[in-house]
Amino acid sequence: MDKHNRKIKKVALIGNPNVGKSVLFSRLTGVRVVVSNYPGTTVEFLEGKMAVGNEFVEVIDVPGTYSLEPSVPAEEVAIKMLDDADMIINVIDSTNLERNLYLTMELLETNHPMIIALNMHDELKHKGITIKEQDLEKLLKVKVIPTSGVTGFGIRELKQALSQAIPGKVKPRTHQQRWEHIGTVIDNVQKLTHRHHTFLEILEDASVNHWWGTVIAVGVIFACFKIVRFIGEGLINNVMEPLFNTVYQPLLVSLSKVLGGDGFLHNILIGKLSAGQIDFQQSMGILTTAPYVELVMVLPYVFSFYLLLSFLEDSGYIPRLALLLDNIMHKLGLHGFAIIPVLLGFGCNVPGIMATRVLESKRERFIASTLISIGVPCAALQAMIVGILGGYGGKYVLFVYGVLFIIWLFIGTAMNYFLKGYSPELFIEIPSYRLPSFRLLRKKIVLRISGFLVEAMPVVLGSVLVINLLQQVRVFEFVSSLFGPVLSFIFGLPKEAVWVLIIGLLRKDIAAGMLIPLGLSMKQLLIACIVLCISFPCIATFAIFLKELGLKRLIQATMIMLGITVVVGGSLNIILH
Amino acid sequence: MRKVNLIKMKTGEKGVIAHIDGGTDLEKRLDVMGVRKEKTITKLSAFVMKGPVAIKSGRTVVALGHGMAAKIWINIIEK
Ligand SMILES: Nc1nc2c(ncn2[C@@H]2O[C@H](COP(=O)(O)OP(=O)(O)OP(=O)(O)O)[C@@H](O)[C@H]2O)c(=O)[nH]1
Ligand SMILES: [Mg+2]
Repeated sequence: MDKHNRKIKKVALIGNPNVGKSVLFSRLTGVRVVVSNYPGTTVEFLEGKMAVGNEFVEVIDVPGTYSLEPSVPAEEVAIKMLDDADMIINVIDSTNLERNLYLTMELLETNHPMIIALNMHDELKHKGITIKEQDLEKLLKVKVIPTSGVTGFGIRELKQALSQAIPGKVKPRTHQQRWEHIGTVIDNVQKLTHRHHTFLEILEDASVNHWWGTVIAVGVIFACFKIVRFIGEGLINNVMEPLFNTVYQPLLVSLSKVLGGDGFLHNILIGKLSAGQIDFQQSMGILTTAPYVELVMVLPYVFSFYLLLSFLEDSGYIPRLALLLDNIMHKLGLHGFAIIPVLLGFGCNVPGIMATRVLESKRERFIASTLISIGVPCAALQAMIVGILGGYGGKYVLFVYGVLFIIWLFIGTAMNYFLKGYSPELFIEIPSYRLPSFRLLRKKIVLRISGFLVEAMPVVLGSVLVINLLQQVRVFEFVSSLFGPVLSFIFGLPKEAVWVLIIGLLRKDIAAGMLIPLGLSMKQLLIACIVLCISFPCIATFAIFLKELGLKRLIQATMIMLGITVVVGGSLNIILH
Repeated sequence: MRKVNLIKMKTGEKGVIAHIDGGTDLEKRLDVMGVRKEKTITKLSAFVMKGPVAIKSGRTVVALGHGMAAKIWINIIEK
């Protein structure tokens, strides 16, 4: 529809990366979105509705951009959105006014009706900055509203000001002229008072330093592993396990009795009893093993992983990690910033692959996405690996991670060597540290956990149901015998493991859970876990890979996966004993 | 006055950007972030093996690759 004729007006939130557009979007529309303290959190646009008076307008959250001349795909999205918008809210980080005004100058030249949200107002005082908003408004000739996405300050005023949005009516200028104008504006509206460096600022400089930064990074990574494990195990042993055993189990026991302890329905709902008892890890019923795997073994780890990841994201530490890891990542044909998609991939591969949009070239995106789908097990699968192997000793878990890491280095180096082109250099802005807001942290974790449950639970229940049904009709046996010999020849796994790999296509965690009743030896367990990680990713990852990189790249990546799986799984089968 | 590129500049030194070599692309990318000619910057760190360099200009901290850093020329402000 022609934008001049449509009923509902579109308002785009446009601004530099990491200025708080998504927080404001969420405040304005009530739509929950992920926000983090690094440039490039939002990689596609999101829409939501907002009531203004008794009308509705559509608000669009847009990826950040420094300028209307794009340099990465996510920025292109931003600029495309601009054409379609009826109005713009230009969001500015008021603690870095000068730099933010460049985009503002460009926007004023586009003739879109606009207003300005002077965000991060709550941070001005302790940073020793004063901005005369009225003067700024006079100089720019558009409405300026101070806001804070974190406290909610100014949000109502921002909504009201929308009706006063007018075009900037500025003639196109050159870079130089824009900066000259910004210079005058800054001289007139901003005052900085000198103050001593705060502890956070000293830490900021130290953590990008090559010496201190490395020491801090090693400490942070080590602490993260410890904390994730501590919280994860703590929740399993002290909350979920007791809850299942004392509250849930008695219910199931009665149900099992009612169903007569055997038979079709019993097998599907409760599964097989071992020595007359329900065994949550082995019974394989939709009401027993499925919820046990997802809620007791996996959920606590997913929670503790996202708790920590979200904290790191909001603190502003991750871009510093990108700087420190840049050298290593270059060996793999990537640059440091690729650590962000990789970290997200450790939660779930899908957002990880989406986040590769912050990388400049197709080549980098291909390498990063392939590495994520092969060598980065999602939190759910990791929880299962720790749950299955951890009991026998930490060294087995370490072994799996060690093998994955080597595969990672190998594939990355090889792809970097064989793919045409070169990888661009690192180029990122590093934000200041911020104490994460509890409210935003809680929101983000709730968003991620509920997303996880909504996506995982139906698939897990469905998988267990299908497996049980197939067992009843003997297709199970047939497929196992058909492919089983290949599996046992290459990987030394029993023929039932075929189903682990097939279910692994749907979800890795329940697939790993299916390994438990097979009674495998340690060697077989290790091989099965590694093969489960590096062979095909789950179907959701396939889908996003296809959408983001196209069929040709997906086929290439799949060939790499198959090759690596056979070589690594096969070699381990020969080497290990 | 000493003029060096960002690689030769020592960590902790302050200087003024004199010019940026080689293609307008890098210049433009830095320009829109407010890192441009005549701006005072501090070098925060540099990594071995042709690793990246981090600089601070006003309130903006930017990390950039070795090759880019080599193209940015600085007039050092001696203490
Ligand atoms: N103190 C303070 N922090 C804020 C404010 N608004 C946003 N933040 C924080 O700033 C960071 C960036 O917020 P986002 O909403 O993700 O920023 P964005 O502009 O959407 O960023 P991109 O999507 O990466 O372009 C987050 O850590 C927020 O918690 C604010 O008004 N005050
Ligand atoms: Mg955003």
